[in-house]
Amino acid sequence: MYRQLFTTFFKLGLFTFGGGYAMYPLLQREVVTEKGWATEAELMDYYALSQVIPGIISVNTANFIGYRQRGRLGSLAAVSGFLLPSIIIIFALFSLLTQFSSHPIVQHAFSGIRLAVCALVLQAVIKMSRVGLIDRFTRLLFIVTMLVILIFSLNPIYIVIAGGILGGWVRLDRDAA
Amino acid sequence: MTLLKLIWEFFLTGMFAIGGGLTTFPFLMNMSQKYGWFSAEELIDMIAVSESTPGAIGINMATYAGLKVSGPIGGILATIFLVIPSVVIIWAMLPFLDKYRQSRLVDGIFYALRPISAGLIAAALARIMQISFFFPSEALLGPIHWLAVVIFGLFFGLIRLKPQIHPILVILAGALIGILLKL
Repeated sequence: MYRQLFTTFFKLGLFTFGGGYAMYPLLQREVVTEKGWATEAELMDYYALSQVIPGIISVNTANFIGYRQRGRLGSLAAVSGFLLPSIIIIFALFSLLTQFSSHPIVQHAFSGIRLAVCALVLQAVIKMSRVGLIDRFTRLLFIVTMLVILIFSLNPIYIVIAGGILGGWVRLDRDAA
Repeated sequence: MTLLKLIWEFFLTGMFAIGGGLTTFPFLMNMSQKYGWFSAEELIDMIAVSESTPGAIGINMATYAGLKVSGPIGGILATIFLVIPSVVIIWAMLPFLDKYRQSRLVDGIFYALRPISAGLIAAALARIMQISFFFPSEALLGPIHWLAVVIFGLFFGLIRLKPQIHPILVILAGALIGILLKL
């Protein structure tokens, strides 16, 4: 069973690009249809929860499914299976990239790639804003976060802690009112 | 010493980066500014490599950054320590899962953390745009690199028109244009 958890998540780590939502269809087929480790509804719950727990969404999902099958050791099998392909591939690519990084063609390629990455990240911010910026308070938080980081180069950790406290307080305060 | 700092930074990132995808990006930007372990340009390259290779982006970036800073041991330990907080948190909260999900307090916390996550990434984005669109200079902003701005605009237009386009295709197109125009 541990080996099955490991190999299934190894496969998922190897064949999904981008993790998170990109992984969902494959996860659904492997975990719900083929292995029967969770029902469709359970998988959706794990996914929803994984987004509001610290850490990487797909790793959290692997953790939930492994734990449900075989407790803590099961979750370690699933999580390590998922991490291994990333580690192997990045290791291989890293030595290749460092070897050729000074080559002019590689440098031109990366200058172009950086612009493509800027566009992709901007799109990601827009998508996140659609979900998160729902009223005046959240829009204000977005702007304040950006300004504080840009002006003071503050460690993001402090903003996350302060924001968590503020959000909890505002919600409970509104409930009480 | 560097290895210990690296492990600690990734442990904190794993604890406070919530939401997946690019959420670790601002934390890595902070490491770059605090320790100079890698430049902002290298960080953008890490995003490109992490988006174009299998596996979760956050994991790939941790492996890459760890390798860059402390070699193979750094690559493995950065990845493991990024994951440890979430693994332990989930183990600890599993018995209270339903309560957690329905809690008004938790709901309120994430009501505030979602715009903050977006703001953190937007700020990191502003930095990489500054590097990409302005020539290096003593001033805060140097002369504008117009060609870069136009190419960025084309990419962004493409993504807006075809949001379902795979990021790998956009990155490959970036490489091709970079080579053809000798950017």
